[in-house]
Amino acid sequence: MRRLVLILVWAGALLWLFPIAGAFVTSLRTQQDISAHGFWSVPREISFGNYATAWERGRVSRYLTNSFIITIPSIIGMLVLSSMSAYALIRFRFRLNRALYFTFVAGMLLPFQILMLPVFQLSNRLGLYDTHLALILFHTAFQLGFCTFVLRNFMRTIPMSLFESAVIDGAGEWTIYRRIGLPLILPAFAALATLEFTWVFNDYLWAIVLLSSDRLKPVTAGLSTLMGQFVNDWPLIVSGSLLAALPTLLVFFALQRYFIEGLTMGATKG
Amino acid sequence: MRHGRLAPLSFLVFPLGLYLVWVVYPTFASLALAFTNWDGISPTWEWVGLANFERLIKDRVFWMSLSNNLRWVAVFVTIPLALGLALALALNRNVRFDRFLKIAYYLPMVLAFVVIALVWSWIYHPRQGLINSTLFHVYGLAQSLGFDVNPAAARRIGWLGDPDLAMWSIIAAATWQHVGYVMILYLAGLKTVNTELLDAGQVDGATPWQLFRFVTFPQLAPVTTIVLVITVIQSLRAFDLVYVMTRGGPFNSSNVLANFMYIEAFLNYNMGYAAAIAVVLFLISVGFIAIYLYRVVQQEER
Repeated sequence: MRRLVLILVWAGALLWLFPIAGAFVTSLRTQQDISAHGFWSVPREISFGNYATAWERGRVSRYLTNSFIITIPSIIGMLVLSSMSAYALIRFRFRLNRALYFTFVAGMLLPFQILMLPVFQLSNRLGLYDTHLALILFHTAFQLGFCTFVLRNFMRTIPMSLFESAVIDGAGEWTIYRRIGLPLILPAFAALATLEFTWVFNDYLWAIVLLSSDRLKPVTAGLSTLMGQFVNDWPLIVSGSLLAALPTLLVFFALQRYFIEGLTMGATKG
Repeated sequence: MRHGRLAPLSFLVFPLGLYLVWVVYPTFASLALAFTNWDGISPTWEWVGLANFERLIKDRVFWMSLSNNLRWVAVFVTIPLALGLALALALNRNVRFDRFLKIAYYLPMVLAFVVIALVWSWIYHPRQGLINSTLFHVYGLAQSLGFDVNPAAARRIGWLGDPDLAMWSIIAAATWQHVGYVMILYLAGLKTVNTELLDAGQVDGATPWQLFRFVTFPQLAPVTTIVLVITVIQSLRAFDLVYVMTRGGPFNSSNVLANFMYIEAFLNYNMGYAAAIAVVLFLISVGFIAIYLYRVVQQEER
């Protein structure tokens, strides 16, 4: 019985890796080779030429840069702001405290579609349409729900006496937030940042709603341009896709523990 | 109110301000927009009452999209859930190379949906794709063993081109992505399961199935609720895969509400109509958001 389970788990794992492995093998071959001999044939030659073409002619290098320009400020923004809102929800008793908390939680589960048209309208009116800033502001705002939720629950585990003793010493709330609050939530920051990096980096919908210029597109939106540019050249399209996935894959491998912590923090402590 | 009103306000003004402008206001604005005939470009628009919703009820594409969303939900709350739970149970014990095995299942979760859409578009490609190339050789083998199959037929299966297959093919790619997520949550949940009860059950001679059914699974109930809610919400939000792989085609056979709405809004400039579609999607989600909130309230009172 145990043996059978193990065999199934291994077979499943290989099956799960197969699409990525197959894509990688294809990316090293040429379109002519694949279309003439099929996938299951010995490659005539192996080269990274497709990657070079996708990087330069497919403009993946620029798209990837744009992805970072959008993602990094968004993450900083959401971490800073959500640590402030989470601190307020934990530290102070005020009438709308609960209601506010629930608003943040409900917001993180909204179907994006309900926000789409007014956000598009708003970015137009503010003159932000087709700028990176529109995406940065929106990602920061939308992810505040999830980040506040996670940070608030994380902060609840901090003994209140830590804050109280600082109050007695005469420290102001902002000092307490900076000196005591922030250092204590650093582990949660790491988990959130890792998780949010993948989410914001992988966003496609908001990029196509809020941007129109090709030169501003993040790599997700850029890939669909690439697909139109190199119709049916699958080795090349797949190369571009793998290049686009590289940053999130690297982050995942380097910070796997935080990634998983972030996901479970968001779900099981809710 | 020991701190006065200013301290909380000073912490909340920026986060809350941003949240109100980009999340809370748009939610309500969408609800209003659904009762207008705005085209997205004109500076003016009119209130049209329930006209958009009346049109929606008569729109065949709407019902096709809705039923595809329901199919997506139906598949998602069964297959990835069962697989994820089974994998979590299998990998929760001491297994050699468990890190490698877990990573294999987690990997798709890290990929952008667009990347998944492109890679799977290649996998499904009739002539060059992974599946049909493999089937070609399988059919060839079967033929050489005397079975009556034609290998060339393998190259004609249009996984994304056949209206009967397209939706299922997309859902399959989505399932590939979702299993790892369910598995992570159950693995975390299993760490909280009371092992003393399991030991007691074992001493009393319970079978592994009984132990799972009556001891482990009930204790996982809170995780199951969360997984279910998130899974349903994910299925309702589904857009990227459909938009990139088929645009909802052929003949709307793989259309879903999110894709239908995007096309109405940004390709057909029917913003009011699109908002009505979004409202329907929102109303379906509200129930599930409520379940989640209810869990959060329970947690608060503990």
